[in-house]
Amino acid sequence: MRRLRIPSVLAALALVASACSSGTSVPSGMATALPDAEDELNLVIWVGYAEDGSSDPAYDWVTPFEQETGCQVNTTDGRDSANMVSLMATGQYDGVSASGDATLRMIAAGTVAPVNLDLIPNYANVFEGLKNQPHNTVDGVSYGVPHGRGANVLIYNTETFTTPPTSWDAVWDPNSPAAGKISIYNSSIYIADAALRLKTTRPELGIEDIYQLNEEQFNAAVELLQQQNDIVGEYWNLATDQITSFGSGAMLAGTTWQYQLNTILADNPDAPLAVTLPEEGSTGWSDTWMLAANAQHPGCMYRWMNWMLSPETSAMATVWFGEAPTSPAACEEAEKLSPGHCDTFHATDESYFDKVAFWSTPREDCNDDKADTTCKDIEDWIAAWTEITGG
Amino acid sequence: MTESRWVRIGLRVMTGVALAFIYLPLLVVTIYAFNASRSQAWPPPGLSLQWFIEAAGNGRVVNAFVTSLLAAAGATAVALVLGTAAALGVARHRFFGREVISFLLVLPIALPGVITGVALAATFTTLRVDFGLPTIIVGHATFCVVIAYNNVVARLRRLPRSTEEASADLGADTWQTFRRVLLPAMRTALLSGGLLAFALSFDEVIVTNFTAGPGTETIPLWIFSAIQRPNELPVVNVVALVLIVLSVVPVWLAERLSGAASAVVR
Amino acid sequence: MTASATAKPSAFRRLATWLHGRSRLQLGLLLASPLAWIGLAYIGSLVILLLNAFWKTDAFSGRVVPVFTLDAFIQIASDEVYRTIALRTLGMAVAVTLTDVLLGFPIAYFMARIASRRTRRILLIAVLLPLWASYLVKIYAWRVILQGNGLLDWLLEPFGISGPGLNDLLNSWVVLSYLWLPYMILPIFAGLERIPESLLEASSDLGGKAGPTFRRVVVPLVLPAVVAGSIFTFSLTLGDYITPTFVSGTKFIGNVIYDNSSLGSLPLAAAYSFVPIVIMVLYLGLARRLGAFDSL
Repeated sequence: MRRLRIPSVLAALALVASACSSGTSVPSGMATALPDAEDELNLVIWVGYAEDGSSDPAYDWVTPFEQETGCQVNTTDGRDSANMVSLMATGQYDGVSASGDATLRMIAAGTVAPVNLDLIPNYANVFEGLKNQPHNTVDGVSYGVPHGRGANVLIYNTETFTTPPTSWDAVWDPNSPAAGKISIYNSSIYIADAALRLKTTRPELGIEDIYQLNEEQFNAAVELLQQQNDIVGEYWNLATDQITSFGSGAMLAGTTWQYQLNTILADNPDAPLAVTLPEEGSTGWSDTWMLAANAQHPGCMYRWMNWMLSPETSAMATVWFGEAPTSPAACEEAEKLSPGHCDTFHATDESYFDKVAFWSTPREDCNDDKADTTCKDIEDWIAAWTEITGG
Repeated sequence: MTESRWVRIGLRVMTGVALAFIYLPLLVVTIYAFNASRSQAWPPPGLSLQWFIEAAGNGRVVNAFVTSLLAAAGATAVALVLGTAAALGVARHRFFGREVISFLLVLPIALPGVITGVALAATFTTLRVDFGLPTIIVGHATFCVVIAYNNVVARLRRLPRSTEEASADLGADTWQTFRRVLLPAMRTALLSGGLLAFALSFDEVIVTNFTAGPGTETIPLWIFSAIQRPNELPVVNVVALVLIVLSVVPVWLAERLSGAASAVVR
Repeated sequence: MTASATAKPSAFRRLATWLHGRSRLQLGLLLASPLAWIGLAYIGSLVILLLNAFWKTDAFSGRVVPVFTLDAFIQIASDEVYRTIALRTLGMAVAVTLTDVLLGFPIAYFMARIASRRTRRILLIAVLLPLWASYLVKIYAWRVILQGNGLLDWLLEPFGISGPGLNDLLNSWVVLSYLWLPYMILPIFAGLERIPESLLEASSDLGGKAGPTFRRVVVPLVLPAVVAGSIFTFSLTLGDYITPTFVSGTKFIGNVIYDNSSLGSLPLAAAYSFVPIVIMVLYLGLARRLGAFDSL
């Protein structure tokens, strides 16, 4: 007998997903064989992750894909992780390029399905450092393939900082030369950056995983952010925000993605700006291409995931955005497009990425095997961020 | 009543101030449509027509424009039909709960778009409806109905029932009365209501973001996406400028039609 | 008329005739379609969304568990930030409404009672045109004006002062007032236009000068229109979350709902949705009392 329940947005989708795929109450299973290619593919993406040549004719990895597979690609730009999760919850898309602050949430809600890596030949070549990441692998089950990896770096105005800064002091120190003109990423995930800062300044708190914080560690991070709020000039949402604010000289230091600097320098090679990864390390991201739980075009999505891992595509996509590609072969291809690319982004340097903590989703169970640990979960992070920036 | 000279002067000044306020940002839009660089910094380094050329070749913008037109036309049509129906019911009959109807109809426009958007998306998902132009029209119509409704109700309340009664006395049935007596009298209300509803739908982004689904894009959705891309952000200003210029004609037409009709009634 | 009466009436005519005497049925049908629409599409989905306010999320799976609880409401009531944001949004809605009345009334009055036919037409078009410049475009134009080293800073530079940049609540007040101004001007204009000249002549015949006539005749007649316009400005401000994000970096009610409806707690988003709903219920009740629904 079917129990009739009044669904919420997510619960309804979970019901529909499980009913659609298996007809039982077991979560949707993995494909065992590669489904045939359908005729279209609907993706939710970060801007710049699926270029079709309209921004720059030399950067197009969508058209060749469409020609090779016959899958017409429709993309919807996600404004931020929250927007992406909302859009995926509508059930209208086949795949998403999700960041770590959204992946575990969608996995738990059943919005995305496990991926059978055997059906993706190019996965074998991926850097070991990118496999089995905690933000997209749960209990050994993989939920997607990486797009690349990059760090949130410190951008600074070279006229304000005549000696290049080597530490994050530039954005935390109340006496920073850039005080009042600091640009910080407007997302609750930035609390992890505060936790990273505390690892150096207050080691007694014992922070290990900056995304899984207990009450004491969390409160300390929030307090630090409240102090920082006094010297912040803007909390940026879109890359173009920073392209304008740093390009015009309104902001002098902040956290950024390489993409912004690339764009500013393309317009104005003399712009007095530079980026660096401070010695304390940084947060970073390795976005995952995930398959929707009840995707209407899974065949196309599997093909897309394989395509994105191919050396030529990975090279093009990561040179375009400004992040490290996914495989050694991709590095070779990237050399042809932009010499020195892999060195700049430390693609083969695992010790570099040891200092980078990829975005992940805060969970109450601390995402570890210890039963007695409790951490703040993402709802607490969002509430705190609302208070820091909205209070 | 003749206002004093000082009052008249003061009103002229205030009108000028209001107009200046209204058009200042639009002046900025115009300047940036001719921006020589793609940066949004002030002042623009030079003038150029490059973004106009870029916009002309951009098929996606044209598609979005057509979709927006269709969505707005659909939503307006639905809103006019349903709004008029509700207005006729409320204005011409007495019943308990009359005020509640007005209330319920205003609710969609009174609540934050994010609530409407999430609620509608959830409904469509649960009902397994495919997202696209129809779902956009439904979403828009929900808050466009009240525009038509309130305009028609206001108009009907000024119209004496005697006209309709006379028509009935002369042997016309309900439909004839509606077509030949009420409809012409409501013309201005329908026009202004339709115009405002059209503009509201054409400009809507929050609810549309939730109800459009993949592959369907309206102008506001395209703008939402374009402002994130350094190469397309400047094109947005061109598109906005073109839209304003294009809209002069229908707005002028609508104003003529409504002005002529209202002059007769006054 | 008599010619058609002798021919056999069409099915449609017969239906119309049959309906003619049945007032209640007419009413029912008239109201059925819009109500079915509103009821089905909107209220239904709204109820489902709001039901979440009485549930909670399971911390481990992130799914909403349909077990009755008032946790979400308690959290909103106890956490100070939610009160601050609600009051801030409400205050902004009031400020924007008052600003738009102050800015909009003079130009509407000028258009309705002083301008010549031709001037009125031009002004009407001038006020209506900006409605077609997309909402986002207008916000971005204001960003260019208000941003650090933007147009405003450039204008203020000779005076040695600089603007507030994009992190100031004041910006939202300016931009929101700007965005909704046409929605205030048009109803007031329509309301003023509707006042028959004869009424004002009668007032002056009875000895009323311009001042008292305005206060005792015009204002009461146009008040419903002003209130009607305020419904737009008030509700649109209450629900906006894009403008505050883009021009002032602050959080309004809509931001909290948006942030929580996806990654965060849907019950919290749903519970917080009751805040603008309750405010609007009260506001609309007040507006109805002032006769606003007659003149939107």
